[in-house]
Amino acid sequence: MGAESWLKSLSGIPARFLLRRGPKGAEVYLASAGAVLLVVVVALTVLAPYIAPYNPIVEIGPSLQPPSSQYPMGTDNLGRDVYSRVLYGAIVALEVSAISVLLSSTVGTVLGLFSGYSAGKTDRVLSIVMDSIYAFPGLILAIAIAAMMGPGIVNMSIAIAVVYIPTYFRMIRGQVLSTKEQLYVEAARALGARNSTILFRYIFANIIPSLVVVLSLNVADAILTEAGLSYLGLGIPPPTPDWGFDLSKGKSFLPGGYWWMITFPGLMIVIVVLGFSLLGEGLNEILNPRLRER
Amino acid sequence: MGSLRLYLITRVLLALPMIVILLLLIFVVLRVMPGDPVLAMLGDKAPMSQIQEMRHQLGLDRPMYVQFFDYFLSLMRGDLGNSLIWGRRPISVEILEHFPATLELTIGSMIIMLLVGVFTGAQSAYRRNSPTDYGFRTFGIVIYSIPIFWFGMILQLIFGIYLGWLPIAGRIDPFLSPRAVTGIYSIDSLLAGDILSFVSTIQHLILPSLTLGLVLSGIFTRLTRVNMLDVLRQDFIAAARARGLKESSVLYKHALKNAFIPILTMIGLQFALLLAGAVLTETTFSWPGMGSYLIERINYRDFPAIQGAVVFFAVLVAAVSVAVDMIYAFLDPRIRY
Repeated sequence: MGAESWLKSLSGIPARFLLRRGPKGAEVYLASAGAVLLVVVVALTVLAPYIAPYNPIVEIGPSLQPPSSQYPMGTDNLGRDVYSRVLYGAIVALEVSAISVLLSSTVGTVLGLFSGYSAGKTDRVLSIVMDSIYAFPGLILAIAIAAMMGPGIVNMSIAIAVVYIPTYFRMIRGQVLSTKEQLYVEAARALGARNSTILFRYIFANIIPSLVVVLSLNVADAILTEAGLSYLGLGIPPPTPDWGFDLSKGKSFLPGGYWWMITFPGLMIVIVVLGFSLLGEGLNEILNPRLRER
Repeated sequence: MGSLRLYLITRVLLALPMIVILLLLIFVVLRVMPGDPVLAMLGDKAPMSQIQEMRHQLGLDRPMYVQFFDYFLSLMRGDLGNSLIWGRRPISVEILEHFPATLELTIGSMIIMLLVGVFTGAQSAYRRNSPTDYGFRTFGIVIYSIPIFWFGMILQLIFGIYLGWLPIAGRIDPFLSPRAVTGIYSIDSLLAGDILSFVSTIQHLILPSLTLGLVLSGIFTRLTRVNMLDVLRQDFIAAARARGLKESSVLYKHALKNAFIPILTMIGLQFALLLAGAVLTETTFSWPGMGSYLIERINYRDFPAIQGAVVFFAVLVAAVSVAVDMIYAFLDPRIRY
């Protein structure tokens, strides 16, 4: 199976986009590489209960053992299997990023559509508010919200979601503003189409490709933010396996040279984030071919 | 009034709504979000009378808009209230003690970020579609996918623990302390002519700056590449080559100079990323800056200090965006209102 059919089967992108690819087709390989990484990670996550050799939250042997055939990634300070914790850790990371991205994209898209289409005082006020949040360091805002709301998957997701709403708002609003002046939208209006029809069937439908790209890149960011929050102790309470939290525990044992406690959870974060970044980058060049020149 | 001055004044005034909105947002987040700061500070089992007293003491029993205007007016005077722990000192004083450390770290990181990012981006554009180009572009994507704190720990492990070349925590050797003038140790130690302190400061600065600077350099690789590609296509580059200039001079003197204005505006936007990254870098390297301050106060439930720190970040971001626009306006005479 070639790279194109791979991508088609994995992401459901209509074939007509793929037909427009340039001579090198590097973007298809980028997206495919990202998709493959993600499929592997998702498979590992789903299969974690079957392939993890030990229970991730109980002591299964001596503490701080280096990687061996018995403990593939060693054991942590509490004698738990690092490999099992790394496998299970994906669950929290993927859950939190999925919930937060779903939340922020929904709110951001609805507000962006409304704001761009109505274009009045509301639009101006919303835009200033969104621009202000956008300019503020996202992680610091998430830290403040997470610190106030307390630990937990839903709380952490909300904290992350608030930060990314402006990303969607700005993108959608910009697209609505440029799309609604197009001739075919005017034609639809002349034919007497209702506002809701124009907004969803004519404008929103044309924004979907850009939205897909932003979604993919945003999941990558959300996972990094989730890891950051857990690393700072604002994530979910122990002993649930979580990469960011495990890294902060591993940090206290760093001077002893116990490299395996930090190396493997960190690598997993890199792999997942890289997967979503590559997918997003690749899709961006496939779906927005005008950028190809660059 | 000159058009430049008019532009600058307008720009400063436009930053005010941003600060007010961010302030309002922080205010709402800290008060409306579920989770009561007073309960968080005193614990669930605190007697009702104590909770009421704390609320009163913090002014939380007044209507929210009163609290907001009160806070805003104090902020205008540079007063952020007093912290709840360790002698209840003014928060503005505590912030001024911690901010120079963050400034030193961000400057160090920015130098690395620009050196690495601009060089890789320029080379990438110049050798478009070559293995170098693909290599540097891959570097840009991969490096940005690495969690800052993890990258820092790996550097600590390699250069601090295995090789023992560089310290992994703090700003300076604990036995040294340069006389404080700016609070930025590298500058203070130079002013005092204290070479020992200067060397120690730089040694402590290297790993944190590399951590933050390298991770964020990926953005600049891409940015420089895109802008350089645009510039390299233009006629004056061909003209420079036709005059027989050296390639390095064409690339770095003629092309880069013109590609730099959009890059400069991005530095303003990336400053927010730099600050967010600094929080993670500081906690990893026990760097006593604003990020460590914020996290420390979160752990102590020092609610006014958390608010003060976040507000300080907001004002800082607004100030930097104004400053960058001003530099931009000086460099490019077309930008006026």
